[in-house]
Amino acid sequence: MAAEFARSGGLQSRKRGPIEDFKRAFTGLRRDETIAGYLFLAPNFIGFIIFMLFPICFAFYIMLTDWSLANDPQFIGLKNFQTMVNDRLFWKSLGNSFYYTFVAVPTGIFIAFWLALALNRKMRGIIFFRTVYFLPQITLTVAAATIWRWIYQPEIGMINHMLELVGIDGPKWIHDTKWAMPSVIIMSNWQGIGFAMLILLAGLQGIPEEYYEAASIDGASGWQRMRYVTLPMLSPAIFFVVVTSLIGAFQSFDQFYVLTEGGPAHATTPLTLYIFQSAFSFFKMGYGAALAAVLFVIILIITIIQWQLAQRWVFGFEADE
Amino acid sequence: MTTASARKGGLLGQKQTKMLMDLLVYVVLSVVGVIFIMPFAWMVANSFKDIRGIYTYPPTFIPEVWRFENYTEAWTLTHFDLGFLNSAIVAAAVVLGQLFTASLAGYAFARLRFPGRDKIFLLYISLMMVPFTVLLIPLYVQMRAFGWVSTLQAVIIPFLFTPWGTFMMRQFMVTIPRELEDAARIDGCGFFRTYWLIILPLTKPALATLAIFTFVNTWNSFQWPLIVLGKPKVKTLPLLLASFQNQSGMRTPWHLIMAAATFIVIPVLIAFVVGQKYYVRGIVTSGIKGGG
Repeated sequence: MAAEFARSGGLQSRKRGPIEDFKRAFTGLRRDETIAGYLFLAPNFIGFIIFMLFPICFAFYIMLTDWSLANDPQFIGLKNFQTMVNDRLFWKSLGNSFYYTFVAVPTGIFIAFWLALALNRKMRGIIFFRTVYFLPQITLTVAAATIWRWIYQPEIGMINHMLELVGIDGPKWIHDTKWAMPSVIIMSNWQGIGFAMLILLAGLQGIPEEYYEAASIDGASGWQRMRYVTLPMLSPAIFFVVVTSLIGAFQSFDQFYVLTEGGPAHATTPLTLYIFQSAFSFFKMGYGAALAAVLFVIILIITIIQWQLAQRWVFGFEADE
Repeated sequence: MTTASARKGGLLGQKQTKMLMDLLVYVVLSVVGVIFIMPFAWMVANSFKDIRGIYTYPPTFIPEVWRFENYTEAWTLTHFDLGFLNSAIVAAAVVLGQLFTASLAGYAFARLRFPGRDKIFLLYISLMMVPFTVLLIPLYVQMRAFGWVSTLQAVIIPFLFTPWGTFMMRQFMVTIPRELEDAARIDGCGFFRTYWLIILPLTKPALATLAIFTFVNTWNSFQWPLIVLGKPKVKTLPLLLASFQNQSGMRTPWHLIMAAATFIVIPVLIAFVVGQKYYVRGIVTSGIKGGG
């Protein structure tokens, strides 16, 4: 009640109704600015509505239909989701997405962390190494996957040749159901590590030198400095990298399409590839959209968890300073 | 363990420990560096081999017979000239378009006051996290309705605006001191002229970052072109490279594929080396922003 009062009467000079606000924006000196504002925003906003907002809303309708594009969409309610429950391939691809994501992301970040630590040392030529580690990141995935597809060839590939030199009989890599996913993960990490490394490196460079000095004076060993200075100070960067990488990994498509084509025996078909196949190989638009909704929910959950945790963390960080 | 290593550090003296560590780090970094470079080196080396060299076992790194024709052959065999042209048109159009729309809207969000501004901005931020995979199907249906399937419009026009880039522009422009514009405004400069003459020149670093990001992403883009560009005439380079390996007859012509991969990768590598500073900054700043 008190708040209501304050809003209606107490803060009269500041609070106006939205319509009044709107009118005011078009009168006097403010008029030009308002018009300019809308005009400046227009090209962007129109594109945003036509090519983003509208398709998102449209997707909600498509997922409730049976639609092959050849005929008109048939509204079938939630039937696509019922089909999904009994679709072996759906569960397989969902499992593959999780397998890929939760192996590739931790291993990649683990390696990136050690590389970032090494690159954070004050030594000559460090920028050269940074550039080298980053090169695969900007190489198009299609080309990278093409190169690796050949490197992985069991008979003529480079990896098995090198393994042979040290007396190991290499697996069939992308042609083996067990090894296909690890093959994709290795290639993806080779390509993607530069991103994680760069953000962690920036995080490391943001840690004040004095913290380490203070820790050293207190007699902290190398491991203790890592445990009590580096890791806590780096946690926001690590957290950011983990979340972005998880979201990115769930959306990976190119390497699966080019390197393994989802095979052998669907061993490397993630959700994204299954969505693509459903919609554009089998022309089941409705089912594809329903599958995409599942992917969206997964990413939404990760994002919400991130928001929750980030707020706690950002707060902790401010209190520190 | 910890006390032992600490004592050891004491025995050797700080300087020696640091030198030893540096040496160790160099060795590790170099080994890892070789692993990172190897696939590229392998690609380039094999792009000069003939088909016999490709299938010899054990493989040699340096080609026994140097075959420079691979490049011209790969080029003509897959109509890469057309692919290059398509890729270049798309990348140029998308980069210029995004720079324009994102900087204009960024300026409006950062500086101009108008009703609904903050609500629209919030909408932008919240839709930034929608994965593109969700848009694939409805956007394809839309392209069909527009009659844009297998035209370059389909890979250009929907990408002329960018929530992420707009967000970045806005964040950058907010930090520009207001006094500069105020002076221009008092001198009778209109909003567009202020934006064009005062704000844009000061926004160069952010513009460069956005341009390089967009260029790399567009040049490398695969999934959407794969869906929407069916006709050979409009195919971009990644599509050509991918379809090249699928038309394998008896033996996959890896030497030609590697030659093709080499000249597709090179423009991006050049863009990166030229604009490394801005690219790196883009990643780092979007990192610090905490990810929308």
